Amino acid sequence: MKPASFEFHRARSRAGAVELLTELADGDPKIIAGGQSLVAMMNFRLARPGHLVDITGIDDMTGIEVDGDRLRIGALTTHRTVEKAGLGVLSAAMRWVGHLPIRTRGTVGGSIAHADATAEWCMLAVLLDARIRVLGPAGSREIAAGEFFHGPFWTALEPDELIVEIVFPWPLPPAALTEYADRKGDFALVAAAVDLDRERTVLGGVGPVPLLVDSLDAEEIAAGLDVRDEPGVSAHYRRGLARTLVRRAVAEASP
Amino acid sequence: MTREPHLHRDGTWVGASVPRREDPRLLTGRGRFVDDIRLPGMLHAAFVRSTEAHARIASVDLSAVREVPGVVAAFSAADLGLHDIVALLDRPLHEFVPTAMPVLAKDKVRFVGEPIAIVVARDPYAAEDGREAAVVEYEPLPPITSDSAALAEGAALVHEEAPRNTLVDVSLFATEGIDEVFAAAHTVVEVRARTGRQNALPLETRGAVAEWDDRDEQLRVHTCTQVPHQVRTVLAASAGLDEKEVRVIVPDMGGGFGLKCVVGREEIATAAAALRLRKPVKWIEDRSEALTASFLAREQRYTVRAAFDADGRIQALDADVVCDMGAYSCYPFTAGIEPLMASAEMPGVYKVPAYRVRGRAVTTNKAPTAPYRGVSRPQYVMVMERVMEKAARALGIDPVELRRRNVITEFPYRGVNDVTYDPGSYKESLDLCEQVLRDEGWFDRRGSDPAIGIGFACFSERTGYGSGAFAQRKMAVVPGFDVSEIRMDLDGTVSVTTGTLSHGQSHETTMAQIVADRLGIPYDKVKIVQGDTDRVLYGWGSFASRSITIGGSAAAASAEKLGERLRVIAAHLMDVDVESTELDGAGGVRAGDRRLSFTEIAEVAYLRSHLLPKDVEPGLSATASFDVGGDGTFSNATHAAVVRLDPGTGGVEILRYVCVEDCGVAINPKVVEGQARGGIAQGIAGALFEEVRYDDAGQPLAASFMEYKVPTAAEIPDVRIEHLETPCAFTANGAKGAGEGGTIGAPAAVLNAVNDALRHTGVELDDTPIPREAIFRALERAAEPALEAR
Ligand SMILES: Cc1cc2nc3c(=O)[nH]c(=O)nc-3n(C[C@H](O)[C@H](O)[C@H](O)COP(=O)(O)OP(=O)(O)OC[C@H]3O[C@@H](n4cnc5c(N)ncnc54)[C@H](O)[C@@H]3O)c2cc1C
Repeated sequence: MKPASFEFHRARSRAGAVELLTELADGDPKIIAGGQSLVAMMNFRLARPGHLVDITGIDDMTGIEVDGDRLRIGALTTHRTVEKAGLGVLSAAMRWVGHLPIRTRGTVGGSIAHADATAEWCMLAVLLDARIRVLGPAGSREIAAGEFFHGPFWTALEPDELIVEIVFPWPLPPAALTEYADRKGDFALVAAAVDLDRERTVLGGVGPVPLLVDSLDAEEIAAGLDVRDEPGVSAHYRRGLARTLVRRAVAEASP
Repeated sequence: MTREPHLHRDGTWVGASVPRREDPRLLTGRGRFVDDIRLPGMLHAAFVRSTEAHARIASVDLSAVREVPGVVAAFSAADLGLHDIVALLDRPLHEFVPTAMPVLAKDKVRFVGEPIAIVVARDPYAAEDGREAAVVEYEPLPPITSDSAALAEGAALVHEEAPRNTLVDVSLFATEGIDEVFAAAHTVVEVRARTGRQNALPLETRGAVAEWDDRDEQLRVHTCTQVPHQVRTVLAASAGLDEKEVRVIVPDMGGGFGLKCVVGREEIATAAAALRLRKPVKWIEDRSEALTASFLAREQRYTVRAAFDADGRIQALDADVVCDMGAYSCYPFTAGIEPLMASAEMPGVYKVPAYRVRGRAVTTNKAPTAPYRGVSRPQYVMVMERVMEKAARALGIDPVELRRRNVITEFPYRGVNDVTYDPGSYKESLDLCEQVLRDEGWFDRRGSDPAIGIGFACFSERTGYGSGAFAQRKMAVVPGFDVSEIRMDLDGTVSVTTGTLSHGQSHETTMAQIVADRLGIPYDKVKIVQGDTDRVLYGWGSFASRSITIGGSAAAASAEKLGERLRVIAAHLMDVDVESTELDGAGGVRAGDRRLSFTEIAEVAYLRSHLLPKDVEPGLSATASFDVGGDGTFSNATHAAVVRLDPGTGGVEILRYVCVEDCGVAINPKVVEGQARGGIAQGIAGALFEEVRYDDAGQPLAASFMEYKVPTAAEIPDVRIEHLETPCAFTANGAKGAGEGGTIGAPAAVLNAVNDALRHTGVELDDTPIPREAIFRALERAAEPALEAR
């Protein structure tokens, strides 16, 4: 559980980070933010970046700002900062992200880039139609959350692009996220998030990416899931969890 | 303001919850663990490990390893030529098949993670780079990944010398007429249970720092073991050294739980590499290795029948126990550790008149096993407590009442399993535990909420296994006694050795309390010396809740001998009879109104020895040993868990946990409670969370804490602990063992509580860890008629 060797670089600005990524392109560079996902993968040598570009020294990528009908969250904002910010469903959902130490280091941008299929941020982004703003050598672009996630650890992000911020619609609708795992702080076996205004549900843990369904009907959603029996978790159980969690999320979101 | 430690109300140190002597250094980061030891020029080791569960090794090529920058050396089994580790029982071949565990795999690998070669490098990173460069060619053999596969006709053999992959097969007791008892019984209940494979999971993983010291002509090995002398013996034999040429030193330890009371291969290989290179070498096991390649435990299968009369009295017990011991037999306990424990002790606290058991250890292509806190008792107690619950249901008797009718109440009690139980509080603990739950209102809450269940576990635990008890198990190497040396220095302070070894249990505090009382000095004037084969005469280390019962008694005996000696010298100096003197409880010897302080006596013993009586040697020291001749002493407890099930998810929440324990006289009640709480957490882990699974190819599926679900503080409830005290008649201070009980009761209490909460469903669950899906399905099915009715 020791990483393979790599070179460490510290970026001082957004442009500087992109520059480093471009410069080092042949040496398999990787951004490191909170390190809560990447370092574990490096220790198991499942990830072997040749270069790490540390972006935590960039000072204008942290923070939460309401900008008209948009809520902008800097990519380096930690889960814990959001948890304490009183931002409705976003803050409430943070209680499900790992444990306190993880939430104090892990970042919103890191979660989105890492794209775990049950990550709360990925589910929330899809549920609320967030937009991912990224910066690359050719300038910046915005990607709709619905088009961002391609599979576990696989996104629309190019290797030389940096996630700068996540933009949510503002004000937030009545919404809630809830989940089940045997142990507190674990990635969910199944998670459900609902938006009561637009009557839609996002499920985590039932496919390779967050699954968006235009319904709040727990029975209907559970019945329609395309899930298979897996060792230790049958399709029947997963459907049952989905049914329960959609119901509970609706109850939590209801005023 | 500093707080002075308080004596017990009777003016003794024993019985007082004085602060732990270990805490200041441990809580401020000033402890010294193996990984804190850094020697000049120290190198770092990593192991090339098998990627196959079962295969012949065609070749091991380390040439590329040696080319990796930073790598200093790499050794395979052939390079080091070490002797195998072999653990033996004194049993005939049809009961026990001896097998060898090579330090590094030779011609065959038997589990994924088995060490094949050691890589030594300038830093741990380079060592891991080196390990990646090794080329091992395998000729795969069929992997044996379950006890049933191991026992199947024509199964591949994990060890060629062990037919049907069976290492231990004993049939014991077989009370005459037992079949007739079953045939005529009013009620027969049956339990089939399987318990999951677990890792004892000490927070500190295994590790060693070894160096050859030319001045001492010694191989010095710092390692976190519970059994330093046994490591010395195996290491010396394996490396061809004299025992005097090996010194094993144990620094602070972050837990062991049994996993470290066997001799590991990696520490031997690390020491051998240091010997070969004449340079210090460090190996620190990482968590992934700890989960997949250290020692595991607890994977057992029970098929048990029990006969009851109409009043709910148990009449006979018939058990078959199969333990999946993995790839190797551990030293010194052997693969017999689990099946022999289960077979010998299963009747437990109940008056079982007829008993028959078959206990087997099978070998499979999984990481090997070692004792783990409680050793089989968490499993067989769980099964016995399921038996009691099932009988209660079948007969319509309250489960606590049914237990009350069956527990042993008259002592000493000679069990059907040829064991004599010394006095305990089996019934009293049941009564008190039930009363606590009643007073707290849990039975009422259960009455109004069908999702709430209450489960009990009543058990005793043999502690203080002396050489007699281990000899009865037919171990070839028979642990048991402890020997203690004590020395008083010029200023009247005392150093005392113990052959036991604290790896978290506060012996520096509790042993000091025992010795302080014997001599009448403050407990902080007593230094405990442990965990160093050069400083401790001999020792069996700490396991099986033996430390306070046996080690504490030896320390007490040496202190008493020293006290005698102080009196003899004082009597001579005061010119009175020895009989007229006594220790005055304040650091002196008194005779009538005359008194000599220990410092005054010590001054004579060391600095003016010409004043000593003729037949008294200079200095102030004594040696004493202690062993338990009979069947040991039985601690006991009743545990109760209250759970609530979540019908929507199958989730289990523990609402309340109560433990009524009796470990005789508690030397330090706070320490006892700490042991109980930690043990209960581990028991809950086994009931609800932890399991090391393997796939069909023998690949371990739990290589990190993502998959191995050790519970956190969030999953462990607050525990209420009540104490009862039935003193032991033959240990110092009447203490019984307190190290393992928590772990033993918890799986049964939790499993029974879950089943109680499923009472409306007709479903019973007997396997652990309890699958949430099974709970979900049971509750879902039970709710269906209600849905239809709507
Ligand atoms: C025990 C444990 C439990 C956890 N439980 C949960 C959980 O329940 N739910 C959950 O969602 N997460 C969980 N996590 C993961 C945690 O939320 C991480 O913080 C998060 O997934 C990644 O954020 P990070 O800042 O640590 O990213 P890092 O680990 O630093 O990086 C992760 C990946 O994102 C890339 N990256 C990071 N920032 C950017 C950026 N600005 N632009 C482009 N790429 C970037 C990196 O290159 C890397 O590939 C858990 C982690 C642990 C250790």
